[in-house]
Amino acid sequence: MEPLGTFEIIIRVLYQLSSVWIALLLLFALSIAFKRRLGLYGKLFDSPIGMIGFGLVMFWVFVGIFGAMDLIITHDPLSQVSGMKNKVPGTPLAGAGEGDYAWYLLGGDNLARDVFSRVVKGAWIVVQIAPLATLFAFMVGITLGLPAGYYGGRLDTFLSFLANLILAFPVILLFYLLVTPEIVATGLPTMMAIVLFMFPIIFLGVLLNSRYRTQPAFRTPLLIGVLGFALWLYLALISENGYLVRSIPGLPSVLDPFDIPGGILVVFVSVVFVNSPTVFRIVRGLAMDIKTRDYVAAAQTRGEGPWYIMLWEILPNARGPLIVDFCLRIGYTTILLGTLGFFGLGLPPESPDWGSTINEGRKLLSIYLHPALPPALALLSLVLGLNLLADGLREESLKD
Amino acid sequence: MGLFILRRFGVMLLTALCLTFVVFFLTNLYPNLEKLAKTQGNQRMSDEQVQTWLDNRGYSDPLLTKYGRWLGVMPGFTKTLNDGQFVGTCVRPGQTPEETPRFCGIVQGDWGYSTRFKADVDEIIWKRLGNTLYLMMWVMILMVPSALLVGVLAGMREGSRTDRSLSTFSILSTATPEYVSGVIFIAVFTSSTVGLKWFKGTATQAMEQPTFENFFLPVLTIALYGMGYIARMTRASMTEVMTAQYIRTARLKGVSFPNIVIKHALRNALIAPFTVIMLQFPWLLNGVVIVESLFNYKGFGWVLVEAAGNNDIQLLLAVSVVSVFVVLITQLISDIGYVYLNPRIRIS
Repeated sequence: MEPLGTFEIIIRVLYQLSSVWIALLLLFALSIAFKRRLGLYGKLFDSPIGMIGFGLVMFWVFVGIFGAMDLIITHDPLSQVSGMKNKVPGTPLAGAGEGDYAWYLLGGDNLARDVFSRVVKGAWIVVQIAPLATLFAFMVGITLGLPAGYYGGRLDTFLSFLANLILAFPVILLFYLLVTPEIVATGLPTMMAIVLFMFPIIFLGVLLNSRYRTQPAFRTPLLIGVLGFALWLYLALISENGYLVRSIPGLPSVLDPFDIPGGILVVFVSVVFVNSPTVFRIVRGLAMDIKTRDYVAAAQTRGEGPWYIMLWEILPNARGPLIVDFCLRIGYTTILLGTLGFFGLGLPPESPDWGSTINEGRKLLSIYLHPALPPALALLSLVLGLNLLADGLREESLKD
Repeated sequence: MGLFILRRFGVMLLTALCLTFVVFFLTNLYPNLEKLAKTQGNQRMSDEQVQTWLDNRGYSDPLLTKYGRWLGVMPGFTKTLNDGQFVGTCVRPGQTPEETPRFCGIVQGDWGYSTRFKADVDEIIWKRLGNTLYLMMWVMILMVPSALLVGVLAGMREGSRTDRSLSTFSILSTATPEYVSGVIFIAVFTSSTVGLKWFKGTATQAMEQPTFENFFLPVLTIALYGMGYIARMTRASMTEVMTAQYIRTARLKGVSFPNIVIKHALRNALIAPFTVIMLQFPWLLNGVVIVESLFNYKGFGWVLVEAAGNNDIQLLLAVSVVSVFVVLITQLISDIGYVYLNPRIRIS
């Protein structure tokens, strides 16, 4: 079998990604057709920058999803094929059997694994962790930032001091202290997860309760349903083998559908931990600004409770900057995940995430370029897409 | 103003105390101590041997006692082992009981002894910090003027083609973390197989004799990531100033465009970026760690990685004290500078 030329490699990579192109085309066609009825999301399609950003982001989201469904990858990202070590892009597979894909499209890395498949699988890790971790950080930041900004006083001083304390830590030092096998062994990340994951439940509970407080007949079943489901998810996330921490029983294993490996959990928790003080500061600032508005005064005069005002008067009016920051922060979280991988912290060493792959590739960078460059460019384009998306959103949300 | 600075210093001390305590707590968790014992003693120690090793060196005492010893408000731990070896928290190798001071801690100006490098902590920190400060200096020299230039040029005429292209550049540079741009630069400029071979891929020699060839890439890598953010802030503040009434008045009076920008707009537009530049220092610290490991430059970031990787408690504490003070002092300077630059703001 002949090695592939540059042109052929590009064609084959594009063909391999065909499911992604179809999904992107469908998404864009539908969104543009109905953009007048889709609110802020629809307005995004009026700004070219926003469209490019959204396209880049959705590209990687689809790559991640279809990659996880094994539609894109050509080889197993973890299996090593002898004779393929550090081979250049387009090298035919040594000893290819029936049904094997015949080439390493983007070459092999220093352990003879397929670079293309690893980048695709790495996208799934980022697409799973980054938005979810950012969402959790927002829940924590909002739940603490709203009362701090609204009430002010001692509560504000105390919470701001705590936030500044975490912010004064250089991120890398914090990662080096928190994300080590020794710390995982102490069970500290699980403790932090127990505390941090509680905030979304509190947030949901207070949100719904403050809205439907006056209609108990509707509120009580709603709260029981939503909080019950949230609690079950919470326990399932945290408990392992039927235990919360080593001795405290959590969810029985029968009801525990998924176990998060300690390595992933500690990465997730520390990323949430690092991001939430910044979100807290933003929400606090917005709350302090918005609480002086007339509609807040009107709600106070109506006799609404403080949590109703915070969550249903202040929060919706702060959504513009928060949505923009959410996009930027997903990008920042992606960078943080890459940093963790780059220093070999947390995720298992053979994991195909982009940071670890860059870290492995850089050791032989002066001789072999191809293992390190694809994940680096992938990370770059995803973060760029998120930044452009945030810019487009900011522009469009300022228009009205 | 004096009271403000005094209060800020108080908060700073409190923050530093809290943070060092957190670091102390994390590094003194049992699995970390066990790792320390095994790297210092030998890898095949049994659980009891680890326990005796820790007992003999005072690591098994209550956390607050140990923290007090590190601060220098509690007398140091000393013990003569069965084989006549004299060990303790204040004891340097080869010291006799008579030479050992009773207290040794931060209050006494003693930063402790690094178990990884077998040397005094302050010696290591000063030497490595010097390397990093030199790196930071060049980063600042490259980053600040070019970021301000990009921001001012982009914000001068909002929506123009210059603005579009420079804004794209700044977005691109904020989206490129150091480990991505570093890898790309090494690939493009240094690779021995393909590429341009303009620069060297490592900065190891730059510690003794920095040249443009071996030092430019690390500087560029750090500067680029911070540059975009400062440029965007400068652009935002510049566009805001350019729509102000006094700029319109100047235009109507017939002042030439370069004169408007330089004499009227620039000074007011540079207040906001000043704060941003100061707050960039903590981020630069992150960049320094990444770039120092990528380019193999042995500075402060390298010490951080080594200390954390080997659970070198006292070195790690010193590293965190230094970095926390960098963060807090830059915050203080940015607050004071903001008041100084913008007379409309009063603290009291």
